[in-house]
Amino acid sequence: MHHFANKEIHFANKEILNWAAFLQLKAKESKDIRLQNFYNNGTYHDETKLKDIEFVALDFETTGLNPQQNSIISIGLVPFSLNRVFCNQAKKWYVTPQDKLEEDSIVIHGITHSDLKGAPDLIRILEHLLDELAGKVVVVHYRRIERDFLDQNLRALINEGIVFPIIDTMQIEADIQQKQTSGFVNWLFRKKTQSIRLGSSRLRYHLPTYPPHDALTDAIATAELFQAQVSYHFSENTAIKDMWL
Amino acid sequence: MEVELLEIKDFISQYAPFDQLPEEVLLEVVQSVQISYYRADTRIVDFKDNIHELYLIRSGVVEIYRRNGDLYNRLDQGKLFGQMGLLTNNKVRFPSKAVKDTLLYCIPDTVFYDLCERFDSFAEFVESEDSTRLKQAVEGKSDDANDLTTSKVKKLITREALVLPSNTSIQSVAQIMAEEYQSAALINDPTIDDEDGGNLVGLITEHDLCAKVVAAGLSVDNPVSEVMSTELISLDHNAYIFEAMLLMLRNNVHHLPILKNKKPIGLVEVTDIIRYESQNSLLFVSGIFQQQSTEDLALLSSQLKDCFLRMVNEDANSHMVGRAMSEIGRSFKQRLLELAEEKLGPPPLPYCFLALGSMARNEQLIVTDQDNALILDNDYDPEIHGEYFEKLAHFVCDGLAACGYTYCTGEIMATNPEYRKTQAQWEACFADWIDHPNPQALLNCNIFFDLSGVYGRVKWAEQLNAFVLRRAKKNNRFLSCMARNALNRKPPLGFFKNFVMENDGRHNNSINLKRRGTAPLADLIRVHALAIGSQSQNSFDRLEDIIEAGILPKSKGADLQHAMELISLVRLRHQALDVESDLEPDNNIEPENMSDFERRNLKDAFLVLSNAQNFLKYRYSATSL
Repeated sequence: MHHFANKEIHFANKEILNWAAFLQLKAKESKDIRLQNFYNNGTYHDETKLKDIEFVALDFETTGLNPQQNSIISIGLVPFSLNRVFCNQAKKWYVTPQDKLEEDSIVIHGITHSDLKGAPDLIRILEHLLDELAGKVVVVHYRRIERDFLDQNLRALINEGIVFPIIDTMQIEADIQQKQTSGFVNWLFRKKTQSIRLGSSRLRYHLPTYPPHDALTDAIATAELFQAQVSYHFSENTAIKDMWL
Repeated sequence: MEVELLEIKDFISQYAPFDQLPEEVLLEVVQSVQISYYRADTRIVDFKDNIHELYLIRSGVVEIYRRNGDLYNRLDQGKLFGQMGLLTNNKVRFPSKAVKDTLLYCIPDTVFYDLCERFDSFAEFVESEDSTRLKQAVEGKSDDANDLTTSKVKKLITREALVLPSNTSIQSVAQIMAEEYQSAALINDPTIDDEDGGNLVGLITEHDLCAKVVAAGLSVDNPVSEVMSTELISLDHNAYIFEAMLLMLRNNVHHLPILKNKKPIGLVEVTDIIRYESQNSLLFVSGIFQQQSTEDLALLSSQLKDCFLRMVNEDANSHMVGRAMSEIGRSFKQRLLELAEEKLGPPPLPYCFLALGSMARNEQLIVTDQDNALILDNDYDPEIHGEYFEKLAHFVCDGLAACGYTYCTGEIMATNPEYRKTQAQWEACFADWIDHPNPQALLNCNIFFDLSGVYGRVKWAEQLNAFVLRRAKKNNRFLSCMARNALNRKPPLGFFKNFVMENDGRHNNSINLKRRGTAPLADLIRVHALAIGSQSQNSFDRLEDIIEAGILPKSKGADLQHAMELISLVRLRHQALDVESDLEPDNNIEPENMSDFERRNLKDAFLVLSNAQNFLKYRYSATSL
């Protein structure tokens, strides 16, 4: 019973922030030349329509869940638009973690010490990474990981954090679930919220199942999920200000 | 830096034509992929849109439409579309729509053209419309097929047969045979008009010259007609070498005239074909004639499955298996009739035992019921002769049932008094069906118009066939009714992983390949065959006549041949699989048991059938009545 599936969804609980102006400010404040370049690329105007935006889906594999203690070991990204995911521009890096690679996390993402042998430090690829993200709108599934880890890892490396607008497909899914399961009728029929993890969310849009925990596969999966979410719940003319966080 | 797009590569490498590409090329393709999501019920491309990508369905379902809005094709995971547009000025020819949430891999045209240029297998796959792909499938198969079991007898003919007039002296005949290095000659009677039955009257062999002339002390000045054999056993040029062997074995002859349109084109000798011996079926047939009772025959028939299996595994084509199985079925009938006559005494009147339907068409497979009938002499009197032929019919039909040929559920058997008629009664009956085509008559026509004599006065069967042809050929109303009747069974639209998609969108778990495939094909081929007055019985032979007559649009005849061959092949392969796994073989096939190859090609074959049915409708104005 997807009564709301066809309606365009507007989220009420959105912090209003002028990202374009904010990034200009950050460019002036920043001490690091790489970050200054990144911020100077700016971002889209608030009212820009989704169909006119270049996105980049980003996914990290990390040694743990705590940005203060754990670090990034793999980065996958793929640029995309509402109509196309550009696999020929996809990127994937392994990076040497700044902490000890925990045996536990090996089990999750399957990245082993030998994969990381010879992998560069994050600092060595930072410039490449920021070039890929600059000027585009970053899309992730669960922003706490990508946003917080990059920020924390950079603080440790260059003594300066990073901030940029992000679209979080998990948040979108959570908001949709919230909308679809709130209210008296739904309460009456005991409509429960469903899982909003990447794999489960994709199933609701009939997207194929991929093996999880590979940074690039997850980035592609996130890009596809966002295309599906927009075609189901929003429109190509939705303004970016309604989507980014 | 190139990244490994493992997911995409694993997917693409599973599907044709990409599965034929070398690893490094596959990686180039994978690198070029762009992904796009289409929600259910959204259009993907419209007619005359510019198209610059080839689409591969990663998940979901896409429908392709004709320009008039009719559904043309329904595609699912792993299928391609857009190639026709890319090959024709980059304009979309068939609009397409996602009918379920669909994820597409889009491959840029530059990559597409490059692959077409570099890889023939790729170009052939994408350039071929459905029908040519079918052709590749069928022919690709027969390339590795065993030449011994699939060669036609006409291949053995190296020079024209020696034909001499019947008034030639024995000595002259012997001299000409010696000059021409021939061990036999055909004898004709120039005074007979050879318009439509040929004028062959006999055959003379070295053995005849030895036994009937020299040993008997006959004058060599006598005409050859005095010593020639007049029991002419001949074979059509389209028959298989295998059949020639069976015929020689059965009749104990060493020379076979090969006929085309009833005119001799060559003479085949035992020595010509000895190397083509296909032991198992031959032994089986000779085994049938050695059995002394119905019980023994029933015991022998239990080995029929192994015989069938060996033939399928030897890569015999369906035409060949159909003929061999029909020949074996005929042999069972013939032996049972011999046994019946031994038991009941000689028949009081001449008769002809008929095989109907698939056996008459030489298209019998392992699962089959018995359709048969009797033609009786015009002097037949039920009061006097009725009991004999009733007993004879029961003996044969019960015997056939014991040998695994189940009773016909429609009661079309010689045991049914309705189907024991005299020559004159049969002609009147057929005339009535043709002149007054009501639904039941049409149904009867489908079965009775494929008839062949098995035993007794087999010439009567040919005469009856000729009668039907003369009568039906010019009767447009009858042809139109037959055509409409041939449209009753429509093929399904396609197959998905585990269900059959019907034209109205319904799903089925399995499909009966006979009822939905070979039978409607045979029906529609029969209509064309009647229209041109073809004397052939076998659907493939009929098709050759039809193609020669030029009534089909160009290349459509060949498409039908390939479709028939493919559906039959899949049918018999699945029956062979059933036999191998000790299951009762049937005509049903479940899509989940099909290979990707079978699914793709069956779908193409059904499309050919569907188009051919549309043509039939138009050709014989089957809707206007």
